[in-house]
Amino acid sequence: MENPKPYERGDLNFKATELRLGLPGSEEVKREATSSVRNNKRASPDMAEEGGYKGGSNANNAPTAKAQVVGWPPIRSYRKNSFATKKNEAEISGIFMKVSMDGAPYLRKIDLKVYKGYSDLLKALENMFKLTIGEYSEREGYKGSEYAPTYEDKDGDWMLVGDVPWDMFMSSCKRLRIMKGSEAKGLACGV
Amino acid sequence: MDPKRSRNSPDSPESTRFPDEVLERVLSLLRSHKDRSSVSLVCKDWYNAERWTRTHVFIGNCYSVSPEIVSGRFPAIRSVTLKGKPRFSDFNLVPENWGADIHQWLVVFAEKYPFLEELRLKRMTVTDESLEFLATSFSNFRAISLLSCDGFSTDGLAAIATHCKNLTELDIQENDMEDNGGGWLSCFPENFTSLEVLNFASQQGDVSFDALERLVARCKSLRVLKVDKYVKLEQLHRLLVQSPQLTDLGTGNFQQELTPRQFAELESAFRNCKNLHTLSGLWDATSLYFPVLYSACGSLTFLNLSYAALQSGDLVKLLPHCPNLRRLWVLDTVEDKGLEAIGSSCPLLAELRVFPADPFDLDINHGVTESGFIAVSCGCPKLHYVLYFCRQMTNAAVATIVQNCPDFTHFRLCIMNPRQPDYLTGEPMDEAFGAVVKTCTKLQRLAISGLLTDLTFEYIGKYAKNLETLSVAFAGSSDWGMQCVLRGCAKLRKLEIRDSPFGNAALLSGLAKYESMRSLWMSACNVTMNACRILAREKPRLNVEVMKDDETDSRVDKVYVYRSVAGPRRDAPPFVLTL
Repeated sequence: MENPKPYERGDLNFKATELRLGLPGSEEVKREATSSVRNNKRASPDMAEEGGYKGGSNANNAPTAKAQVVGWPPIRSYRKNSFATKKNEAEISGIFMKVSMDGAPYLRKIDLKVYKGYSDLLKALENMFKLTIGEYSEREGYKGSEYAPTYEDKDGDWMLVGDVPWDMFMSSCKRLRIMKGSEAKGLACGV
Repeated sequence: MDPKRSRNSPDSPESTRFPDEVLERVLSLLRSHKDRSSVSLVCKDWYNAERWTRTHVFIGNCYSVSPEIVSGRFPAIRSVTLKGKPRFSDFNLVPENWGADIHQWLVVFAEKYPFLEELRLKRMTVTDESLEFLATSFSNFRAISLLSCDGFSTDGLAAIATHCKNLTELDIQENDMEDNGGGWLSCFPENFTSLEVLNFASQQGDVSFDALERLVARCKSLRVLKVDKYVKLEQLHRLLVQSPQLTDLGTGNFQQELTPRQFAELESAFRNCKNLHTLSGLWDATSLYFPVLYSACGSLTFLNLSYAALQSGDLVKLLPHCPNLRRLWVLDTVEDKGLEAIGSSCPLLAELRVFPADPFDLDINHGVTESGFIAVSCGCPKLHYVLYFCRQMTNAAVATIVQNCPDFTHFRLCIMNPRQPDYLTGEPMDEAFGAVVKTCTKLQRLAISGLLTDLTFEYIGKYAKNLETLSVAFAGSSDWGMQCVLRGCAKLRKLEIRDSPFGNAALLSGLAKYESMRSLWMSACNVTMNACRILAREKPRLNVEVMKDDETDSRVDKVYVYRSVAGPRRDAPPFVLTL
């Protein structure tokens, strides 16, 4: 059900915080099961691309990104466009978030929808404020820098950015604050 | 061909016993163009009587004949239906400016059929200039229907609205129409009252609601009204109050915060629509507002929910109120549970179309599966038309489905991942379509998908004796497959093939057959220029049109073959080579 892709991005290790049912350590088995189901479905196009095929035996690897075939599935442009419009309309309404940085004279605003995940977001913040944020780890927060990115969630609590899955973060984040100095260290120690 | 009306001569042994007048009187009652074609072949007298009495002409391929030939043979035409581009143009497989422009037809008609009343076009290019020309050249013009056409904008509609004083029908469906604003609707004169059919559901912008309301109010014969998605619920209420006589309604956006009073008023307005048999539109509908519809649903025979991303629960609530449904279109967001609800609530269902909400996202495991289809087949034994987009299917499921519903005339199954096998057994889907053609002896139209070998085509050629239209994509193993179909399907009229390994031998095996067909389309197959040239040379009454992407490659990308009495077309663009 869950799309694992956001967790696999960048340096931030989200596998450890991924919400799922199952005992710790059972993860690898589950992953394989998922990808073999995918293999069944993807078998044929792989072989087709080689220009010849017989029967339905499995391919070795499921391609992760499929090139779109022109005119397939066979749906009239009119119908395709009515759903594209919906998606575009949804995209046009961004999720704008105020970002404050300790010591900075004024706030900035970013659109969370533009970012695909945490590493994207953090790179953008680093660019915007000309600083380094450091490496995330569940245990120690953001190491190697005096800055820690935090956010205020729906309940009014200040949370460390990166603890929850990206989608959950997008929907619960009300505003961002880049903490500096000792305050940041306090949060980073996983209180 | 004798252009003069032959007078009955009592001395002539070949003349019919009927005077011409009686024969013509009788023949004028014939509506079906197939019957008329048969009649015209009986003898010269009947040919002449038929041509003088024909008022409607249907032309399935606009290039199979010319407007001069048509008007030369049929002097009394009032209504024309024309189809243009190959069907795969709907899916962007035909480049722009390919042709099928209506204009030259209109120019000839303006001279030969000044009393033309109706024009119905499908997959034609229609410019605003042509629409203006149409509106100003035919004083009796009544009805225009454009389906899957391109080249025009709302300015063209303005011309129609302005000039066609006796218009009864303006039906603009699923076109590539440029939107220059909704002002066209205000172009209907204030004293204009004849409209019976108004469909602008595919418009992408606002129209003046005041103008629309006034128009609906004064057109008392309006029976079909399909508005676009910018018309809000409370506006819909005002329209319904003015037109309770509607038989065919396309709502606008079905999501708006209504007060309880507004809700009650809307419900009452629907209750007053006692003749509603078709309902569509329903953009953004959720089950929250379905109760306003319930009172009108009892008489519904066609419900089009394919623009409303409903969940299964929504259908479960709505369908029990629609026991008389014959035709139902839905999105696959309703999933298998929704289809189960269809199976249990719609015993009279004859047609089901399930469209994909997210056709290009193949990673999502949503949509409908084989179980939903089986559920429908169990509950709806009268099903004869299905269009089903899914991400998984099995041979066993299809066999069960056609056991339950052996009367399929149209079976269009689209397993969206090309060349996907039976997901349980890993085998090709040959047996599925074998079951379809063996069991459904009345099958006229078939679209196949999934991993398919030549065996599928052997089955089709052997069993599908009534098949008229076949759509093939990513299927087959060798020329043999296509040869089986061409040899076995005596009634085949339209064959469209893409991305399949059929080559020259297959193409040429149909040499004797193509003149009895409307058309053949092959794209991304293994056909070369040589074979196309041979075909063109051997069969001069066929037009063989080739489109090549790569100058150096001897393979053709697209070949379109069709019979024609008009010779090669003179408006072919540079990328179309007529051999």
